[in-house]
Amino acid sequence: MNISRTLALIRKEFLHILRDPRTLAVMFIMPIVLLMLIGYAATTDIEHLRTAVFDGDRTTASRELIEAYRASSYFDIVRYVESESELGRLIDGGQVRSGLVIPMGYGHELTVGGQPQVAFVIDGSDPGIANTVLAASQSVGQAHSMRIVERTMGIDPDDIPGVQVHPRVWYNPEMKSANFMIPGVMGMILYFLTALFTAMSIVREREQGTMEQLIVTPIRPLELIIAKITPYVFISFFDVLEVLALGVFWFGVPIRGSLGLLLGLAILFLLTSLGIGIFISSVANTQQEAMLLTFLTMYPAVFLGGFFFPIEAMPSWLQVITYVIPLRYMLVILRGIILKGVGLQVLYREAIALVIFGVAIMLLAATRFRKSLE
Amino acid sequence: MDERVIETHDLTKRFKKVTAVDKLNLSIQRGEIFGLLGPDGAGKTTTIRMLCAIMDPSAGSARVAGFDTVKGAEEIKKRIGYMPQQFSLYGDLTVLENLVFFADIFQVKRQEREERIARLLGFARLTEFKERRAAHLSGGMQKKLALACTLIHSPEIIFLDEPTTGVDPVSRREFWDILTGLHMQGVTLFISTPYMDEAERCSRAALMFEGSIIVCDAPAHIKGLVEGELLELRPDRLREARRIIGELPGVLEVQTYGDLLHVFVDDAARRAPPIQETLSDAGIIVQGMRQTRPRMEEAFISLIRKRLAGNEGLDFVD
Repeated sequence: MNISRTLALIRKEFLHILRDPRTLAVMFIMPIVLLMLIGYAATTDIEHLRTAVFDGDRTTASRELIEAYRASSYFDIVRYVESESELGRLIDGGQVRSGLVIPMGYGHELTVGGQPQVAFVIDGSDPGIANTVLAASQSVGQAHSMRIVERTMGIDPDDIPGVQVHPRVWYNPEMKSANFMIPGVMGMILYFLTALFTAMSIVREREQGTMEQLIVTPIRPLELIIAKITPYVFISFFDVLEVLALGVFWFGVPIRGSLGLLLGLAILFLLTSLGIGIFISSVANTQQEAMLLTFLTMYPAVFLGGFFFPIEAMPSWLQVITYVIPLRYMLVILRGIILKGVGLQVLYREAIALVIFGVAIMLLAATRFRKSLE
Repeated sequence: MDERVIETHDLTKRFKKVTAVDKLNLSIQRGEIFGLLGPDGAGKTTTIRMLCAIMDPSAGSARVAGFDTVKGAEEIKKRIGYMPQQFSLYGDLTVLENLVFFADIFQVKRQEREERIARLLGFARLTEFKERRAAHLSGGMQKKLALACTLIHSPEIIFLDEPTTGVDPVSRREFWDILTGLHMQGVTLFISTPYMDEAERCSRAALMFEGSIIVCDAPAHIKGLVEGELLELRPDRLREARRIIGELPGVLEVQTYGDLLHVFVDDAARRAPPIQETLSDAGIIVQGMRQTRPRMEEAFISLIRKRLAGNEGLDFVD
């Protein structure tokens, strides 16, 4: 390998990038857009769910119950309806996602010491949301029930014997989706953008016919590979910092572990994504083909790598497949460091997996790349 | 000085179905300006790619600048310049940046670089465009820039694959003047072209057809291979005239060039009057019949026809 030749090639790559300000802008804006979209839209956090109420009782007691639901930030009481069938129509039409049904005689039943039944109807089309709503509706109801006990019987609920379960949610106590998603977005950017831009920049040379000119020069394949990936290592790295900063300062995601370790392992992961990019470039003949192929590898990575859906919830045969998805390991590392604050003593297996994948894919890609030049 | 800088022995390249280059034997001496002529698909580009050590032959071998194209590829790359057929520079880089890039790649020394780049810009007449992006140059200027980049490391041998295809006639002439200048400096030039007239400017030319060389000689000798003398005429009913002339005695071959007919005859002075007469009897008006010297184009068409006729003859025997 010849250093000055490699430097000349790297310089040329940076010139290409600088000459194409639109693509450059996309490279820096895309992570922000992605993070904003996923941070806000891909959330199962329930707040202000549109809720309708059918109050068949219309007593002080029933109004107190409604108030209890309204006071929780989960539900927005947007409609009062006159019948259960009207509530059904609203849910069918999607105007509301849940409904509280208080039957006639609710207040009376309470005063005589009975246990009145109220119904809470939930639109279960999205199971993720329905689960959260279910839990929220129960906890609001139970809390209100406790207050009634306290008031009518004059005893502190804590004095009643019984088991009290105090759940503690670790690592992400407010259970904010953003905290879970932002490390994921970082992993996706490291994987996707890097592979895509590397593959495109190599295929462009072939498409333009400049590759043929390069081959008749003394340039070695290794020099070309290094020159092609160097700019994208910098850009991907900058993108990671960008997402990290946005995550911390905008979404309030805490970074509990070592930032240095995080960035170090991110570079290790880049080996894999750059390798995939080079590999794709050796298969694709046009930039369009390169883009489609990159997308094709992105889908299994995103869906099986644990980005959206927990791997633990997948059928066991599918879980086995996830072991060959490098993004899986990176996501464990990112979430581990950012949310749990753990270090290498916990994440060493994932780090080793990344080394193995990175080296193997790089070698494979370099061999194929060399062949594709011939 | 008898030094063979390009030599091939039964050089062959087979692709899946076709044999693009079939047992090619060429021998080119230092300082020659060698033209490889032939129609599209004759195998010119494949030949050049094998000689530039980009592509390995299926059979046979080639030596360029004293090195085998398979084993000594890296040594060859240092000594040759290659200008591919399609524009293959970086359109988003400026003229100067392209030159500097190739100077860097070939590790042209700092001291020599500035002077050489200035000289190349000058002779390509691109000095005033040096800050312009290569994509914004005209076709002819792009070709000249490509040539300048090919020359940045002062190669011994330059391979040019159809350098003048798609270039306007003025730029074409200018480009050939530059090539002649290089030839004067002793650089060996290997040029492929589909334009037969360009063969006239070569020291030797080879006609390639369907993967093999039909003839390889100095242009004057090639023209001498054509039998008979040439008459040029412009009849108003071309097809009919062609048919009638073809049947006359002493006529060897008839070729069509636009609205012109080129007629090869054994004796021009003797055959011209009967041709004129027969055509006017048929009511065909002929403008300006004259005797001309055969050009490379006529020579090549004639030679290719003979080759095709020969092949058909063989098929008949089978």
